[in-house]
Amino acid sequence: MGSDIRKLSLLLLFLPFSLWILLLIILPHVGMVVLSLKEKVAPRVYEFGFGNYIDFFMEPIYWNTLIRTGLMSLLVTFLALLIGFPVAYYIAKLAGNRTKGMLFMLCLIPLWVSDLIRAFGWILLLRESGIISSFLLSSGLIDTPIEFLYTDATVIMGLVYTVMLFMIVPLVSTLDGMDNAMIEAGYNLGGNGFTVLRRIIIPYAMPGIVSGCIVVFMMTAGSYLTPILMGGKNSSWFTEQIYDQFISRYNWESGAAFGFLLLAFTSVVVWLGLKLSGQTLSSTVAKS
Amino acid sequence: MLIRGTGSGAGSVLFKLYVLAFFIFLAAPLLAAGMFAFNDSQFPSLPWQGFTLDWFFNDTEPKLGMFHDRRLLRGLNVSFMIAVSVALLSVFVGTCNAFLFVRGRFPGKNFFYILMVLPLVIPGVILGISILALASNVANGVEEAYNLELEFLRPGLLLVILGQFSFITTITSLVITARLKKFDISLEEAAFNLGASRAGVLRTITLPFLRPAMIAAGIVAFLVSFENFNTTLFLVGSDAPLTITMYDRMVKVGSTPVLNAVSVFLMLGSGVLALISLLVQRDKPKT
Repeated sequence: MGSDIRKLSLLLLFLPFSLWILLLIILPHVGMVVLSLKEKVAPRVYEFGFGNYIDFFMEPIYWNTLIRTGLMSLLVTFLALLIGFPVAYYIAKLAGNRTKGMLFMLCLIPLWVSDLIRAFGWILLLRESGIISSFLLSSGLIDTPIEFLYTDATVIMGLVYTVMLFMIVPLVSTLDGMDNAMIEAGYNLGGNGFTVLRRIIIPYAMPGIVSGCIVVFMMTAGSYLTPILMGGKNSSWFTEQIYDQFISRYNWESGAAFGFLLLAFTSVVVWLGLKLSGQTLSSTVAKS
Repeated sequence: MLIRGTGSGAGSVLFKLYVLAFFIFLAAPLLAAGMFAFNDSQFPSLPWQGFTLDWFFNDTEPKLGMFHDRRLLRGLNVSFMIAVSVALLSVFVGTCNAFLFVRGRFPGKNFFYILMVLPLVIPGVILGISILALASNVANGVEEAYNLELEFLRPGLLLVILGQFSFITTITSLVITARLKKFDISLEEAAFNLGASRAGVLRTITLPFLRPAMIAAGIVAFLVSFENFNTTLFLVGSDAPLTITMYDRMVKVGSTPVLNAVSVFLMLGSGVLALISLLVQRDKPKT
């Protein structure tokens, strides 16, 4: 009797899970691939074929945008790691117990404010009539207002800002679990600061680093608001192309192809990152 | 002491300055977005014209405060309804998933676990378009075959809720799973030995243990839903939630300080919710 009840409850628990994954994740993505393989041959007449993908590769502006998005996302990921790692190390290892919790909370605050408001804040700071420009003007450092918005550097900074917390949180939680004795042993054995960092701290923090990098890379490549608001119409972010195909041109078939390409491209990059760092998805992001 | 690495005073001061600079960087745009809500000016820019609360409470144009702006209030209301539905649904499914993966033994468990985590790393834009495409496809098919219009599969509230639910459930599942893993199974066994029923044990022992994680997961789900933009953008119908309304106004109309007022309101709201989630998660001191 016990085993029957066990089976039944397992089945009941499996039901919501499978409905969720099947109806909202698997079927829509299969549908997207099928849709992307439909070619428009005449109004309201479709044929199976790779036309939408061929269009993508024939039109340099499309694949250039995808490559540009990918490269800029990699740069953002790298910068977020570079800037965030010392902060995470400080929070996990150097701060006293009480400041530690407080600093960690401070890190999380922007997380609860939407992308939109954060981008809005940057716009108010950086635009021609913005705070920084007026400040420089009134202090006499510049004579004419400067427009800081709508450049690649601004977009990259805005993206680094947006994703920073998703880098810091996994880093802090891995570094937190590290025994200080390991670091001290490194010094006692004659290592200098750099050696200890390279040979002990970074290898230990690897799961956190990889996990942070994966989430940050995916979020950056898939972001829409920050590039559009801070980069303006010429930011050439790939998600804009998808939006354009889907909503402005109402060309769902090619929009679906673009969506699949973005997903495939980012998945390949993540897969490469896992291979190169010797980690797996379950040892990093899926760790709970 | 050795652990401080640099050891020397100068290095340690530099490190502290770096961390300080980092937090200024984090706070800068939030302060900028917040402060102009209180500036007595038509535009969210310097110079400072004096303190006012008009952008919250004034009821006449041109300085219409947020609490008298019908479209913003409607957006707030829509966002609230969506966020509550998403939070309830995703906490329910998240709790089921936690039991499934912590207690259940079945073939392919690791594979299914990875499937559960996957939605978190799919770009939100792609979740949005794929769900939109599937729903429209089904609706078109039904319309052609049975001449029946399934209004709920067209862009609108239900699709927005489902779209957000599709990835927020991963977050709630992870939070609740982490808590259930810490549960001491002998507590349940003791209750069984004392003659409690399965439902009784669940209701009086296991679920109360999970409650802090369920509340925290619900709050996170609420906030993530409230601020979501990417997925919502593709699924939204005529009832636009607040982020979409604000975005439209920012891009099409040009911003007035009323948007700053909304920002302040949202920052305060999420701050309070985040605080509550911290308080419920903190373990009660053992006496």
